[in-house]
Order: sequence, then C-alpha cells, then structure tokens
Amino acid sequence: MTTTGAAESIRPRISFYENQGRHNGILAWILTQDHKRIGILYFIFVMAFFFSGVVLGFFMRLQMIAPGGAIMKPQTYNSLFTLHGIIMIFLVVIPAIPTIFGNFFLPIQIGARDVAFPRINLLSWWLYISGAAIVALSVFTGEGPPDTGWTFYTPYSLRTTVNVPLAVFGLFILGMSSILTGVNFVTTTHRLRAPGMTWHRLPLFVWAIYSTSWVQILATPVIGVTLALIMIERFFGVGVFDPAKGGDPILYQHMFWIYSHPATYIMILPAMGIVSDIIPVFARKKIFGYMAIAISGVAIAAVGSLVWGHHMFVSGQSDFAALLFSLLTFLVAIPSAIKVFNWVATLHKGSIVLEPPLLFCLAFIFLFSIGGLTGLIQGALAPNVHLHDTYWIPGHFHYIIFGGMGFGLFAAFHYWFPKMFGRMYNRKMAVWAWVIMLIGFNIFYFSMLLLGWEGMPRRYYDYLPQFRTLHLTATFGSWILVAGLIVMFANLFRGLFTGEKAKDNPWDASTLEWQIPSPPPTENFEEIPVIQRGPYDFKEFDQNG
Amino acid sequence: MDETTAFALEGQRDATGARLGMWLFILSEILLFGGLFILYSAYRYKNPVDFHHASRELDVILGTLNTIILLTSSLSMAASIAAIQRSQRKLSMVLLIATMALGLFFLVNKGFEWGAKMEHGIYPNAPTLLARAKGEILFFGLYYVMTGLHGLHVLVGVCVLLVMLILLSKGKVRSTHFTPLENSGLYWHLVDIIWIFLYPLFYLIS
Repeated sequence: MTTTGAAESIRPRISFYENQGRHNGILAWILTQDHKRIGILYFIFVMAFFFSGVVLGFFMRLQMIAPGGAIMKPQTYNSLFTLHGIIMIFLVVIPAIPTIFGNFFLPIQIGARDVAFPRINLLSWWLYISGAAIVALSVFTGEGPPDTGWTFYTPYSLRTTVNVPLAVFGLFILGMSSILTGVNFVTTTHRLRAPGMTWHRLPLFVWAIYSTSWVQILATPVIGVTLALIMIERFFGVGVFDPAKGGDPILYQHMFWIYSHPATYIMILPAMGIVSDIIPVFARKKIFGYMAIAISGVAIAAVGSLVWGHHMFVSGQSDFAALLFSLLTFLVAIPSAIKVFNWVATLHKGSIVLEPPLLFCLAFIFLFSIGGLTGLIQGALAPNVHLHDTYWIPGHFHYIIFGGMGFGLFAAFHYWFPKMFGRMYNRKMAVWAWVIMLIGFNIFYFSMLLLGWEGMPRRYYDYLPQFRTLHLTATFGSWILVAGLIVMFANLFRGLFTGEKAKDNPWDASTLEWQIPSPPPTENFEEIPVIQRGPYDFKEFDQNG
Repeated sequence: MDETTAFALEGQRDATGARLGMWLFILSEILLFGGLFILYSAYRYKNPVDFHHASRELDVILGTLNTIILLTSSLSMAASIAAIQRSQRKLSMVLLIATMALGLFFLVNKGFEWGAKMEHGIYPNAPTLLARAKGEILFFGLYYVMTGLHGLHVLVGVCVLLVMLILLSKGKVRSTHFTPLENSGLYWHLVDIIWIFLYPLFYLIS
C-alpha cells in the first residue's frame, strides 16, 4: 500500500485540529465541512445525550429498588421511561456510530479526502442539533414531557395532553438528518474509493456503514411520514388513526415498526462492522469469511426490513401474517450467526493480543449472543404471548443494543481513540472499566430477563412484593454498571489531556486510517493512495507496509 | 466502478456522484409518499363503497386540468435542461420560468379546489364531514393529507427552480456544468410522477 511515509518526515504534520479552515474559534467547528471535525462535533453531542439517557435510566432503576413506588409519582415515571427511550434510541444509538465514526473514518478507510457532499454533511449535523433541541424543548414547555413510551402508539398519543407534537416534530427533523447522512455515505462509497479499492478490499466497517446507510435511506421516510401524521392528527383531527373516524390504530403500529424494526439493524450493523475491523488486528490474522460477513450485513439489512410484525403478535394480526413474520424473524438470525461464527473462526489459531479494543469486542460477542438467542425465544409465537410487554423484552433489547451496539461503540472508542486524538488512554484502567461494566451489565439485565420470565410487566412504576429480590438485584447491578461507565469515561477523558502521545499505528493495523498521522491532517492523504491488497492482509502488510 | 474515478475527482466536480445522491434522495421521497399510499390502500380495501361515493364529489375536470398542467411543466423542465446543454441560456431561462409558472398555476387550481370543498363543509374535523360514513371521512382525510403534502413539494420545487433561475442568470449553471439544473429537474419529475398516481387514485375511482 502506498502511504505518505516519505512526505511525512519532511513536512510538518499539521493535524485537522490545528488547521482551522476559513473560520475562527467556535465557527471553525460549527461551520466546518471537514468530515473529521463534523465527526468530533457529533461525538460531543451524542455523548452529552448519552449521559442524560444514563441518568434517566439510573433514576428509573432507583424507583424500582423496592415496591411501593416511593421515589416518584406514576406520571413522572411515565415521562422518565419515555424520555430515556427517545433520547437513547433517536439521539444516541441510531446516530452514534455512523455519525461519529462513519464520518471520521469512512472517507479515510476508502482513501478519500472527504465525503461526497461535505456541505450536506454539515447540514445533517445542524438538523441533528435542531431536532435534538426541539425534543429538549418538548420536555420543558407545554404540559410536560411526553409520556407515551418511545413508540407513540395511537390512540393514546393522540389523546394525551402532554407535549407529544413538539417531540414528534423534533424526531421528524432527526429523521431528515439521518436520511441525508445515509445518502452521503452511499454516494461516498460508490464514488470516492481510491484506485484499487475494490468492493472486495473495503474494510468491513465500510461495508457495515454502507448497508446501514441504505436502511437509513429506505426506512426513515416511513417513520417520518408516520410521525408527521401524528402531528397532523393532533392539529387537524384528520382521523387516519382514530377509530371514531374510521381510522385504525393497528395500522399506526405497522407504520411505526416498518421503520423501527429496521432501525434496530441501523443500530447494530455499524457495531458489527467495528467488531469485524478490530478482531483481525488483535488476532494478527486475515478475517475469516470476508465476503460472508460483508454479504450477511446486506442480508440482515434486507430480511430485517420484513420482520416488523413480530412486535405485534398480540396486537391483532392474521395468524398467517404472524406465522410469516415469525419465520422471517428466525431467518434473520442466520446472517447474524454467520457473523458470530466468522469472528470466532478468525480468533481461532490467531496470535491474540488482549488489548482493550479486543476485550470490548469479546464482550460484544458474548452479550450479543445472549441478546440474539433470547430474541429467538420471543420470536416464536407461543412464548411471545407470555413474554410480550414483560421485563423480558427490555432485558433482551438491552443485551442487543447496549451489550451489542454499546460495547461495539466502546470498542470503537478504545480502538480509534489514539487516531482521533493523537493520545493514548491508560490501558490498565480501560481493562478495569471493562470488567466492572461487564459484571454490572449482566447482574442488571439478566435480572430483567428473569423478572420478565416470571411475569413482571414493563413500564409499571410499582410491583408486587414477589419481584422484590430480582428488582433489588437489578438496581444493584445498575450501580455497578454506572460505576464502570464512570471509570471508562474518566479514563478516556484523562487520556485526552494527559495521555502519552500516540504513535501513528499503535495497533499495527493494516487499514488506511492507520497509515496516516495521528491525528490526521485536514486532507487525510498527501497523495491519494493506490490500493494493492485487502484490508486484513497482515502478511503482506508486515512485509511491505 | 471505474478505478480511475478518484483521480478524476481531484479538484473536479463529480456530476455522476451528484446525480447518484439525487436519485437516493428521490428514493427516500418515494418511500415517504409510499407510507401514505399504504394507508390509502388499506383503507380503500376496507371501505370500497365509501371511497367510490366520496370520489364522485371531487371535480374531475379540475383534476384533469391540473394533470395536464403538471405534465406540460415536466416537458418545459426537460426542454430547459436541453436548452442549457446547447448553450442557449435565454431559452433555458424562459422555459424554466414557464415551468415555475405552471407549477404556481397548479397550486392556484388546487387552492380553488380545496376552497370549494371547504365551502361545502368538507374539511378535517368538520361537523358535516363527521356526519358522513367513516370511509368517506377517511377518503377526504387522505385527500387533504396526500394532496397537501404533494402541494408542499410543488411549492418547494418552485423555490428550488427559482434558485436555479438565479444560478442560470449568473452563469453558474452553464453548458459545461448543468448538474444542479438536471437534479432539480429530477426532483420536478418526481413531483409530477407522484401526482400521476394521486390523480387516478382520488379522481378516477368512482
């Protein structure tokens, strides 16, 4: 692979932090068209929302520490779980990996200087911030924050007096941001690959972002129009979801899940891409089944778009539809399992280096497997009747979303941190954070699975005394988890300012982003590289660089 | 994909990329309306007779006139692009103005149509409408939502074309670089095509 090695030693390395561009001060950030600066902007805001989501979740758990509902009133609890859901799903989990790491690394990994439409990229960020601000506004104005749950099911969302229309409008704007980001990444991947960067040589992270972007483009408009209909209903009373006027609330559920189920794949696919990128580096081995992983991502995106009915097994749909949705749900498990087996096969007989990024990937595989297998249980029709709307469901999806996407995101933090900031965190502390989080996570969410299995309904602010022990255990686990999060972020934050200077390629990784300085210069490459090998060709890389 | 693409891109505009981006955006627009078409099909399947009755009350002549207007505007749009490709800037601008005028004409017509319906007490949540059969309430509800969203797209389209007109007059869109105009044309045709589906589904089903 051609790199900028020679030029590097002669010219001073001006990173994108130092090169402000046309504007000064804060404007150099909020008006930037540099994909890396935009990635950092997203980083700051997504993390801010992540913290507020964690705080909300923390208080929900605190409320459930003992029966009696002593800490807050039912209405407060309703707002709390609604906001926790809205913030975590729409402001954190969906945008996090594509907007932070996709923005920062997708162009570099394919050998480009920027995304295809830098100005639209900046617009996406502004839309994200505006949407988030409107959602925040809905919390503090009107008759109080939404209390519908993040799904905004009709007819309740049409009747409740709290601030639903404003929140929904914010989410509509966020959807526009998501669509434009998707358009940008698909076009970038098609048009801006460096010479020799064939589809077979794309890093798997690029493949993952590429499949995700397609889902963003195709699924997000459906929820956009559905949420717009809620607004129209609230203001004009058209009646499309109102039974009194002939509308059908179940149809709302269909429309909602047509987007929101694929959205769970928007959440998990990028994390899978990160894991596929990290594992070969720390196993010093070419990825096992490159094309199988790449294509299974596309397959997940495709089949995953046709399974939304499994959220509605007890809502009232025909038996045939339920059977079909259940079958398709089982089918999606296949490409997911293909990925897991390929990762494990990559580790097999590799020269494994147990650095923090790999540890987080291993946690991903473990937690995602539990999440995936519990998903199969509720995807079968008979158990679903028992498990629907119990704690089992949030238990399952936290294993997938937090255990999968969350730990994938943390893996990305630890893997790309030296490249993004040019400094290294304390690796020992990172391992400690990993241990604490993993323990807390399992105590917390496995208790939720058990609670659901025993019949504890979700979204209740109080419970029967028989659930006391498990609820107490879950709350205890949430404290350990939060402690682990604090250790991890404190460690990263310290590394940001006082960490030792990172080398350009501290992990000896062979993808393009590691062949340029840390942090990268504004234009990424002195010269666009010519690609002559695959992304995980370590033999070739160790010999020829 | 051509492997020399990246080289070609250094310091140059990527017209193919811009077109690809526009097509992807159009795809998402189609799905936006797609959600509403799903609602339409579900409710029409449930209330075929009510939809039939409600549809008879729409003014077929006005609807047909609007269809002709919008189709003609697509023609002038395409001709405007063809003109700038042949370096005929004046002609291109005249055709673009004609397109915008036809778009506005469409909206005015639509406004009259809506106004007439409202005068007869047919608008969302109107007591006279609520007294009717449920399928008819839904039909008119969808009629207002779908033609309204479409009208909004026409309005946005006219604004986009106005920007294009300015770019044309300043020579920023020219025979060697006309992708923005071409992309605006794609958007305009999309708006046209959506109407081609709305027209029979609302006006011609009785």
